[in-house]
Amino acid sequence: MSKERIKISEDLYDIMPSDYQDLVKSATYGKEDRGWKDIGNSKELIEQHSLCAGCPESMAFRYILASLPNPEDTVMVGSTGCTSLVFPMVAVHNIHSLFGNQNAIASGLKRALSVRFPGRTKDVVVLAGDGATVDIGLDMTLQAWFRQEKFTTICFDNELYANTGGQESGLMQKGFVAKMAPVGKLFDKVRLPEIARESGCHYVVQCTVSKPSLIEKVVRNAVMISREIGPTYLQLYTPCILEIGKNSMEGLQEMRDSEKPTERFAYKEYVSEPAKQLLAEMAAKDKEKKAAAKQLASQGA
Amino acid sequence: MTQYRVLPGPEHFLPPSAASMGICLPNPGEAHVNGVIVPEERAYEEAAKQFLMAKVPTIFPGPLVLWAWNEKAAKKATAVRHLYNTLKECVQPGQTPMLIPMPDYRPKYPKINPEVEINPNHPNLTIWHNKIDCCMFVGVHCHQANLALKIIRGGTSCYTVAMCAQAGHEDAMLSFRDASVEKIMKLAEWVRKLKGTVQPRLTSAKSGASN
Repeated sequence: MSKERIKISEDLYDIMPSDYQDLVKSATYGKEDRGWKDIGNSKELIEQHSLCAGCPESMAFRYILASLPNPEDTVMVGSTGCTSLVFPMVAVHNIHSLFGNQNAIASGLKRALSVRFPGRTKDVVVLAGDGATVDIGLDMTLQAWFRQEKFTTICFDNELYANTGGQESGLMQKGFVAKMAPVGKLFDKVRLPEIARESGCHYVVQCTVSKPSLIEKVVRNAVMISREIGPTYLQLYTPCILEIGKNSMEGLQEMRDSEKPTERFAYKEYVSEPAKQLLAEMAAKDKEKKAAAKQLASQGA
Repeated sequence: MTQYRVLPGPEHFLPPSAASMGICLPNPGEAHVNGVIVPEERAYEEAAKQFLMAKVPTIFPGPLVLWAWNEKAAKKATAVRHLYNTLKECVQPGQTPMLIPMPDYRPKYPKINPEVEINPNHPNLTIWHNKIDCCMFVGVHCHQANLALKIIRGGTSCYTVAMCAQAGHEDAMLSFRDASVEKIMKLAEWVRKLKGTVQPRLTSAKSGASN
């Protein structure tokens, strides 16, 4: 895994827009320990985007793209929603599926990739909003988990249909009144993390995106577990500041407020036994690697 | 046999696909000029003539040559650069050859500068702003080339040439097929051969825009 596959033809290098030159020069493709700390030091796999100023979803996008363990061999599957406005700016292969279809597309894609590239690790990551994951696409979401399809599903939960003006979604909290749902939600927020666990997901996390290091950890874990064992699910709170009446600067505080232990986005994690074993093995390998590096450094000094 | 000819536009907002009007693709060793199948040699001559006549002859290399996917792609890129350099040497004062990349097919809002890169979804903007009156697509995936060629024919008077690595393009005014390094170099040779024999046009491309 490296930048070998993204070389610009030497004779046409000078006419390539600088974005592409920068990607080749300083993006983190192939970097083993890539993570959110690369943001600002290297060319990001997303730079400009068309989301609203201060949108927490854009933060989430940055952290996720910085944390993918294998971006040059990852295909992301998106669905209709605010996320689909960002994908054209992303330097990772991606497919826009029909609304709600994302997990079905990802199932076929993952299987096809394993047949087409038997010797190479290819990751598939679904990234969709709560409407696509829980309402319109719930059937496809669940069926993929039942079948133990080996890919990660990430849900950007903003608790409503944001880019169509604020309609009620299954993940909206009970009693919430939105611009296009004036009566208020009559039933509880769907407990998808619990449903995911019962449906066969090996790693389930619910959290906000207020802490980049946490997002880096959970994204990496989810992708590695889905690669080796089976489906994984992340539900990330990315509030729509416009639809909940906040200003651009208030997204982060909204997430911090919502992740307190008594709040609805308190950190929740479920790890299956095989996944626990894999994580332990990964941790042991990391430790070994760090110890070897430390020894090498001390020998050098 | 169809009477329809693939000519410089502006044809109209939604021009028909040339294939639906009965234009056929050439067989190996052939090309088409305005939808009429001709021997490849004839097409080299015509393409070189169109380049030398144009006020702003332009090459649009696509991702298949911009990126060094393999050795062949890198060699094609070298040939494209050679063709561009030859054009620069062979045109007369007042003519401005250009080499504009098509690095991405996705809409890049709000970032794209249509004058420095061309996007198949809005090729007419690049043609209009740079006043391009003759262009050649090379290394562009066929489905995107078809789309862009049709939009250019619909909205501009630009003469389009396709140097296609597959079976050619009906929607171009002139199309080669099975493009290779040798074919691109041969076109450059023809440009050199016809240097000084063709009178350049004095006006640039007409716009089909109503505003």
